[in-house]
Amino acid sequence: MPSLGADMEAGTLVEWLKQPGDKLHHGDIIAVVETEKGAIEVEIFMDGIMGRQLIAPHTKVPVGTPLAIIEGVAGEQAKAAPKAAEAPPAPAVSKPIAPTAAPGAAIRATPAARKAAAARGLALDGLAGTGPEGAIQLADVERELSAAGAPAARKGLDLDKMRHAIAAAMTRSKRDIPHYYLATTIDMSRALAWLAATNAARAPEARLLPAVLTLKAVAAALRRYPKFNGFYNDPGGFVAREPIHIGTAIAIRGGGLVSPAIHDCDRLSLDELMAKLRDLAARARDGRLRSSELTDPTITVSSLGERGVESLYGVIYPPQVAIVGLGKIVPRPIAVEDKIEVRPVMAATLAADHRVSDGHLGSLFLNAVDARLQEPEKL
Amino acid sequence: MSAAAEMVAEVTYRDACRMALRDALVRDTRVFLMGEDVGHYGGCYAVSKGLLEEFGPERIRDTPLSESGFTGIGIGAAMNGMRPIVEIMTVNFALLALDQIVNNAATIRHMSGGQFGVPLVIRMATGAGRQLAAQHSHSLEGWFAHVPGLKVLAPATIEDARGMLWTAIEDPDPVLIFEHVMLYNSGGPLAAGAGAVPIDKAAIRRAGQNVSLITYGGSLPKALKAAEELAGQGIEAEVVDLRTLRPLDDETICASVAKTRRAVIVDEGWCSGSLAAEISARIMEKVFWSLDAPVARVCSAEVPIPYPEHLEQAALPQVPAIVAAAKGVVG
Amino acid sequence: MTDTELRISVIAELGNIAPETDAGSIDPDADLREALDIDSLDFLNFIAALHKRLGVEVPESDYAKLLTLNGAVRYLATKTP
Repeated sequence: MPSLGADMEAGTLVEWLKQPGDKLHHGDIIAVVETEKGAIEVEIFMDGIMGRQLIAPHTKVPVGTPLAIIEGVAGEQAKAAPKAAEAPPAPAVSKPIAPTAAPGAAIRATPAARKAAAARGLALDGLAGTGPEGAIQLADVERELSAAGAPAARKGLDLDKMRHAIAAAMTRSKRDIPHYYLATTIDMSRALAWLAATNAARAPEARLLPAVLTLKAVAAALRRYPKFNGFYNDPGGFVAREPIHIGTAIAIRGGGLVSPAIHDCDRLSLDELMAKLRDLAARARDGRLRSSELTDPTITVSSLGERGVESLYGVIYPPQVAIVGLGKIVPRPIAVEDKIEVRPVMAATLAADHRVSDGHLGSLFLNAVDARLQEPEKL
Repeated sequence: MSAAAEMVAEVTYRDACRMALRDALVRDTRVFLMGEDVGHYGGCYAVSKGLLEEFGPERIRDTPLSESGFTGIGIGAAMNGMRPIVEIMTVNFALLALDQIVNNAATIRHMSGGQFGVPLVIRMATGAGRQLAAQHSHSLEGWFAHVPGLKVLAPATIEDARGMLWTAIEDPDPVLIFEHVMLYNSGGPLAAGAGAVPIDKAAIRRAGQNVSLITYGGSLPKALKAAEELAGQGIEAEVVDLRTLRPLDDETICASVAKTRRAVIVDEGWCSGSLAAEISARIMEKVFWSLDAPVARVCSAEVPIPYPEHLEQAALPQVPAIVAAAKGVVG
Repeated sequence: MTDTELRISVIAELGNIAPETDAGSIDPDADLREALDIDSLDFLNFIAALHKRLGVEVPESDYAKLLTLNGAVRYLATKTP
């Protein structure tokens, strides 16, 4: 069972899409798993043959449980989807204590309780223990975790569960990550003019949205400032990631939010980015995201769009180290050389992890985003 | 299953041991039984009663009181093609044959580079409860389970008493079978067709979700009784019968503990350096992250087993102590 | 194409965009973005769907005219035979 985020403890196998004996290729979707974030398609990251399936459909198992044996992999057996479980440096099974071990304060909790709590980002210090000598045991953790959301039978998204998952991840973020915040105002007149000219010649289905330009600009700036693109884990500290996978916050009608990755954002053309965005939004709302899309984001961009307000200060999604917030594009009087002009402007903010970077570097990064948006034709 | 196998007879553990001996003697002419008082007296615990009359003195051989001597003879016979069954009256007396068992039987396969094997079976009684005092009452099977080259079995049920011997005889290496003295009189149903059983797997004797009671031999009935009491208090105990003490079936032990997240080991040996200690260590090594409580042990008091009945009973693992330990880890 | 036919088309496409909502029961003069909780991407998908269904290509400069159900029907009536 892959870990599909810092806040995931267990998942329910909904169905197998490959049967024993089927040939598997890198990138194939082999199963569907239900999590707090909806039904997620589990990908395989190796070639081989589907062997014995260890878990039957409609079974709920903890993260890290082998789902199936993949045969014919370099002469040895490999468990299904190990990549998905190891790719995110989110608290994995191998280091279960790290996120909850409070230095100095010894919390009496059993190994099983610690592992379950770490997998879901649950702090143990507020829990009452009912185990031997008052120890917090697995049942106490499970009671706490299930208190917020009753299991739902319907397919796709469960907004209550999603709210619970967001709560766990954001609580952990605000507790563990020393955020700092920067803001700048970006003149969007060139970007919008270029976009209008480009879209005028296109049929509606081929048109671009401003979000595509801003995503590409952020990706290009990240190439220059890699300190905002990667993961921070305890212990070990920050590790920059070479690929730029931008988690794109997508609001779910009725409440809820997911930030699936647009992979290799800096290498995609604007048209490819637009197609990705369209596809992701549709599947996110359908509750049909893929495992790698949930685990891979190396940074998040959250945009309030035209119905939002002017600025947004985000909360970092651990173990990422930065989130860029983009406000509504609004006409505002600004000084252009020595005249005042009304121009469309957008507030861009950065919330970043102070353990990894400082405000100086953050401001250089935001300025780089601004600079890219002044030359939209180069994006 | 044949019609014969469905027929069930009420037998004692002692009967089952005798049926196993008889069956082996009938099936394989290389098999013979040797030990103190196994012939004319019928065995110290009457296991071999009647066999001398049926199979004659060539195959049911009374020996002098010389454990080292007749165990050595058994090793030699095994190396030369026979399938001897050596009976040692109690494990306490097996200490006199330790040199033969540990230095010869267990090593020859390795020291000869695989050229010679010792297909020998040694049966012995073990355990306390019959007021036989310290020199006849100890549970030393854990010592033998320490030694590579030996297999160590502890049948705790009628089926295993009936079925383990033949599988042991077929093994190409030395196998020690420990029969707990308090089990001989226990009775139960046995299918008429009952026969050989595997000797490489532990068995779940009762399934449960809340705690694993891991035990073997003479402590199994106590663990089952404790599980019954616990069930009355809302705690579902799973009872794991080790059956084979060497090699231990880690897979079954760990699967049970991973499920229940709590383990109590019941072992009539002393705590220090015991089988219970070894099992506890393996649980830490393999399923630490599944544990919801420290592993608990119920073992014999660290004294030579006393003679007076009340003191003897006080020194041994008992049902109330098992129940208390289980409740302690459940919390 | 009659206004009713157009209205049915618009409501059907809005239903595809925001299946969780009941597009047929909204106030026909309410801002669709508010009433159906749709964002700029949804709105672009709506425009693209109208293009495919009715063959009407709405330039970006006319987007504002389609922000209500009544507005969209009026606009489309001028563009369809």
